[in-house]
Amino acid sequence: MSTSADDYLDLDTLLSPDEIALRATVRAFVDERIKPHVAQWFEEAHFPRHLVKEMGDLGLLGMHLTGYGCAGRSSVEYGLAAMELEAGDSGIRTFVSVQGSLAMSAIHKFGSEEQKQTWLPGMAAGDLIGCFGLTEPGAGSDPASMATRAVRDGDEWVLDGSKRWIGLASIADVAVIWAQTDEGIRGFVVPTQSEGFTATPITGKLSMRTSIQCDITLSGVRLPADAVLPDVKGLKGPFSCLNEARYGIMWGAMGAARDAYEAALAYALERRQFDVPIASFQLTQAKLVDMVLEIQKGQLVALQTGRLKDAGTLRPEQISFGKLNNVREAIEICRQARTVIGGNGVTLDHSPLRHANNLESVRTYEGTDEVHTLIMGRILTGISAF
Amino acid sequence: MANIVVLVKYVPDATGDRTFTSDNTVDRVGVDGLLSELDEYAVEEALKVVEAGDGEVTVLTVGPEQAADAVRKALQIGAHKGVHVLDDAIAGSDAAATSLVLAKAIEKIADYDIVMTGLASTDGAMSVVPAMLAERLGLPQLTFASELTIEGDTIRIRRDGDAATETIEASGKMVVSVTDQINEPRYPSFKGIMAAKKKPVETWSIADLGIEASQVGTAAAWTKVLSFEPRPPRTAGEIVTDEGDGGTKLAEYLASKKFV
Ligand SMILES: Cc1cc2nc3c(=O)[nH]c(=O)nc-3n(C[C@H](O)[C@H](O)[C@H](O)COP(=O)(O)OP(=O)(O)OC[C@H]3O[C@@H](n4cnc5c(N)ncnc54)[C@H](O)[C@@H]3O)c2cc1C
Repeated sequence: MSTSADDYLDLDTLLSPDEIALRATVRAFVDERIKPHVAQWFEEAHFPRHLVKEMGDLGLLGMHLTGYGCAGRSSVEYGLAAMELEAGDSGIRTFVSVQGSLAMSAIHKFGSEEQKQTWLPGMAAGDLIGCFGLTEPGAGSDPASMATRAVRDGDEWVLDGSKRWIGLASIADVAVIWAQTDEGIRGFVVPTQSEGFTATPITGKLSMRTSIQCDITLSGVRLPADAVLPDVKGLKGPFSCLNEARYGIMWGAMGAARDAYEAALAYALERRQFDVPIASFQLTQAKLVDMVLEIQKGQLVALQTGRLKDAGTLRPEQISFGKLNNVREAIEICRQARTVIGGNGVTLDHSPLRHANNLESVRTYEGTDEVHTLIMGRILTGISAF
Repeated sequence: MANIVVLVKYVPDATGDRTFTSDNTVDRVGVDGLLSELDEYAVEEALKVVEAGDGEVTVLTVGPEQAADAVRKALQIGAHKGVHVLDDAIAGSDAAATSLVLAKAIEKIADYDIVMTGLASTDGAMSVVPAMLAERLGLPQLTFASELTIEGDTIRIRRDGDAATETIEASGKMVVSVTDQINEPRYPSFKGIMAAKKKPVETWSIADLGIEASQVGTAAAWTKVLSFEPRPPRTAGEIVTDEGDGGTKLAEYLASKKFV
């Protein structure tokens, strides 16, 4: 099979041998451990928990963090890993994002030394699972309006409220929960066994079926004084974690798109109608060409963003560029790929529609298309339109 | 304590097109290659042995410049050091000459207890090198191990044959070849990829091993590949549409091919 979408413009020449080796490791893992089973997991809405430890062994969990058992790899390497994982399934990449970029990075950035020692090594190894609770039933794009509250009661904090759409919460060992306090929004490290903490998986999802998202209720959850993340106050706490995850998403989306393109190309070369492979029709070729154009452009955007991030000069609005563009293009590519596969394309025998459905979640979480458009619009015009 | 030498081979990527050189041997220079998949089982097994006790895993390859990739991959997976025998004179060597080079290299490594190999290479697929090597080194050989246990300096293996399953053991230094049933090879971890860069790799010529150019290469080969013909591509299968008579059509097809 042609790998032209992967490297039509010889983009590999922009990568180092280490980056290519790391990508090869993740790609082999995805090919052997994820792709053969993913359709079934999706159908059964099953999260492959047994892979968590394997991903920990590889070094995938919190891979761009340093110390505490984390692999300490670059942003570009983290992006390449996200791309390969999402070529398998967005649900698996989502797990890695939630674990590493949200839960672990919150503790890594803002936690006390003791919090880091307690949680990070186990999370990096895949022995412990973490989740990140920001969104609420009444607070999505506008997290400042969150209603969850933490109040001091002597030596303890008491948390009350609810969260929605929280990835992995029902199987997590620890939750980073953001709540209003008298001093603004603060983050709390909440062991999920705490009394008053309940997580209920959301069912009936048409998207992201290989991962878990939950409703959480917090009723009078009592935590010791040192459960609060000491080093941050205000929304910049959760936002800086979201920036990490958003960055990975712009790579991941291109992985899903590439996999959908490869499926469409293979099918187009094999499937015959009117006595010829459907790849011989100009209309089919135009679809394939458009896919390759956008995949290559998207990868360049992701790589440039990654290089800026590694250089330490990346601005948040630059992440919006890649998240908005790459997820939007990826959905379009996956849908087009589905059309190439015709009726068979609506089954789980082929990846494109599964990817497209997953990407509906991806375009919504970590800032919707609209929110990233408003962020970019504010930069262009100087006028906030939120 | 077991120091293990694992033989690793750089082979053409089986998913690419196989090409041949002018002397009808497999082109190992102009094509994408990788660590023979079957050797990954040997690397994994060796790592398991040293992780359960102690000792070091040295990987040894004989091959062209790019064969260093096979060594690097094995080091990324976890082997401790590498040896690459690189010499233009070796090109075109048959199994006998290859086993000579390997034997001399292993003698030079000297500090080893076990030589471990895969069950075959994925390109040549002859499975004879381990036996030739054992002969040259004067060591017992336990071949096609599907299970391996160690007690002191004794190794016991299970060999699954077509008709029977054998349990065999040997003591002291030995050559062991392992099958793809023996374990589940690990992936190189991110830390492994970084650590590999700092691991020592030595490159030896045949002169370093006391071998003359006339003992290896195409000229010294006991056998010669006279010609090769790529197999014709497989033709598309025949699809029988079941219109209630699928069974009959299937039987007719099988009968037409004299299968029934
Ligand atoms: C699969 C999945 C996993 C998730 N995982 C997590 C998680 O682990 N942790 C977590 O905290 N959250 C998680 N989320 C929640 C996610 O971040 C939110 O869904 C997202 O922030 C959008 O919020 P909302 O769904 O409430 O939509 P809303 O904010 O209600 O938005 C609805 C629509 O209105 C638009 N809109 C809103 N405001 C404006 C505006 N000012 N101008 C123009 N349009 C606007 C939006 O763009 C959108 O189109 C997850 C969601 C999904 C689907």
